[in-house]
Amino acid sequence: MASRERDDAPIDYQALRFDVLPPPAQGGEMPRHPVVVVGAGPVGLSLAIDLAQRGIRVLLLDNDNRLSAGSRAICFAKRTLEIWDRLGVGQHMCDKGVGWSVGKVYFRDQPVYRFDLLPEPAHERPAFINLQQYYAEGFLVERAMALPLIEIRWRHGVSGVTPQADHVVLHVDTADGAYDLRADYLAACDGSRSSVRSLMGLETEGRVFRDRFLIADVKMAADFPAERWFWFDPVFNPQQSALLHTQPDNVWRIDFQIGWDADPEKEKKPENVLPRIKAFLAHVADRAVDFTLEWASVYTFACQRMQHFRHGRVFFAGDSAHGVSPFGARGANSGVQDADNLSWKLAAVLQGRAGNALLDTYGPEREFAADENIRNSTRATDFITPKSEVSRLFRDAVLELAREHAFARRIVNSGRLSVPATLRDSALNSADVDAFEGAMVPGAAAADALLMRQGKADWLLREIGPGFTLLVFGPAPAWAAALPVKLVCIDGSALIDSEGWAARRYDASPGAAYLFRPDQHVCARWRSPTEAQVRRALDRALALA
Amino acid sequence: MLITDPHLESPDDFYEALIDAHRDLSAAQSQTMNAKLVLLLANHIGELKVLQQALQAARDNTLAPSKSTKAETPT
Repeated sequence: MASRERDDAPIDYQALRFDVLPPPAQGGEMPRHPVVVVGAGPVGLSLAIDLAQRGIRVLLLDNDNRLSAGSRAICFAKRTLEIWDRLGVGQHMCDKGVGWSVGKVYFRDQPVYRFDLLPEPAHERPAFINLQQYYAEGFLVERAMALPLIEIRWRHGVSGVTPQADHVVLHVDTADGAYDLRADYLAACDGSRSSVRSLMGLETEGRVFRDRFLIADVKMAADFPAERWFWFDPVFNPQQSALLHTQPDNVWRIDFQIGWDADPEKEKKPENVLPRIKAFLAHVADRAVDFTLEWASVYTFACQRMQHFRHGRVFFAGDSAHGVSPFGARGANSGVQDADNLSWKLAAVLQGRAGNALLDTYGPEREFAADENIRNSTRATDFITPKSEVSRLFRDAVLELAREHAFARRIVNSGRLSVPATLRDSALNSADVDAFEGAMVPGAAAADALLMRQGKADWLLREIGPGFTLLVFGPAPAWAAALPVKLVCIDGSALIDSEGWAARRYDASPGAAYLFRPDQHVCARWRSPTEAQVRRALDRALALA
Repeated sequence: MLITDPHLESPDDFYEALIDAHRDLSAAQSQTMNAKLVLLLANHIGELKVLQQALQAARDNTLAPSKSTKAETPT
């Protein structure tokens, strides 16, 4: 793979240490913050940036002052990139990241099949980019630090959470002493071992997989293409699985299933990792490859979630709320979607445009999405690591049939593409009164489309937001100007659907209109709406009606 | 809807072919072949609801004691 490094980004993000400040001066009334976010990972940072862009002051607390140790989450999906575009960091992520769309699957030493996620034409963002988590967090931190409404306090760890009727009291520890503060709302984005969750005595429920995986990040000048390679039962790791993934800076992720009985401390020692990598390379590379080991870790996982993601004034987002297996890249990606869902609702309530009922919808919408992600990642895990003799029998039968028969390739599951959940049953949707075809049902995340604005290429998703948006396929209706929405008219003059992508994806006829929420999900659509219909749908989408 | 009424074009020919197909296979190979057969037939049927009914019917028949077994069970 050709190097895709940006020469203008010489920052060593893994070596960054952020300044640790002492506790703020005490005295007088306990300081009150509209929103406190705990955890400066991809989810907490995305939430803080989104809130600040909506005019909400945010205090972000993190119990460390470093970015992610090791590459960790590396696959960022199209929807995440689209959300990050809205937050002003999407381009930076794509410039640094490596795009890929081809996957190859092997069974023992035989290729089974090759797939191409074939990014559909006329989308701005690819299906996936691969990017080390420390870069993703680093770019988000840079963006957050540029927003005056965000204050980040590094190595300020939450050690007490006391919910009150109209606020939450937090006890915060630092190396230089502890202090208390009040938050109107608290967002716990503090990961799978969430301290907020345990301080509140809350639990997650689900299935723990008795299996272990060794991740090795290897830097090497290998000429493998930028593809995802997956092995079932390979000769270099018999009875287990393995995965090769590309990352920027000539770093490759190699993931070995090593089984439940493996000793994690022993397995991640370089003297035990290096022979595995050598055996792997001897099998997959056609010549000797020099490499250095950048990072190794042994992980295990559970597919689980909290029963409720909202507890009064405390909201759980990302891994604190739900855990998935890594197959299918649904961890960080779904967490960023949690943030995307929560931020506009909190902002609307804090700014007096909606009430508590809107916040109530965060839980059901994201719990539904978590169930979908858990279901998909559990299915992939069961295929990759069969738990019974008959399960292995059918798994191997599928893989052997897949060499010859296309239908069996569709059953092979080494992780399904992470796509946003369609919130079909959301209370914020207005039911269709007109017939439409296609995927853009109420609850769906908006599909992108290539447009032309004054002779230049433009993207539909760039036109939507930041608040509610009414997309009209035709000239603006006379009554639309008075609505509290951004009006986007594909009217054939200023904005043109030059190749018909938008009309096809939205099954649009002249005069058809779509109402999008601030998180770009469809909440209502009509063939020819009236002002009253749109106003009712807006009220409904804010849980006012 | 799963068809459980007689539907096979030629039941005796089918049964003979089924047993013949397993000729000279070890027990393990027969298991593998049966799994592949299930997958091929499932793809041919396609409809999830019918497949679910077939899975349920096969499982129920396996778990439920047959009528004759019931009669022989001492009470």
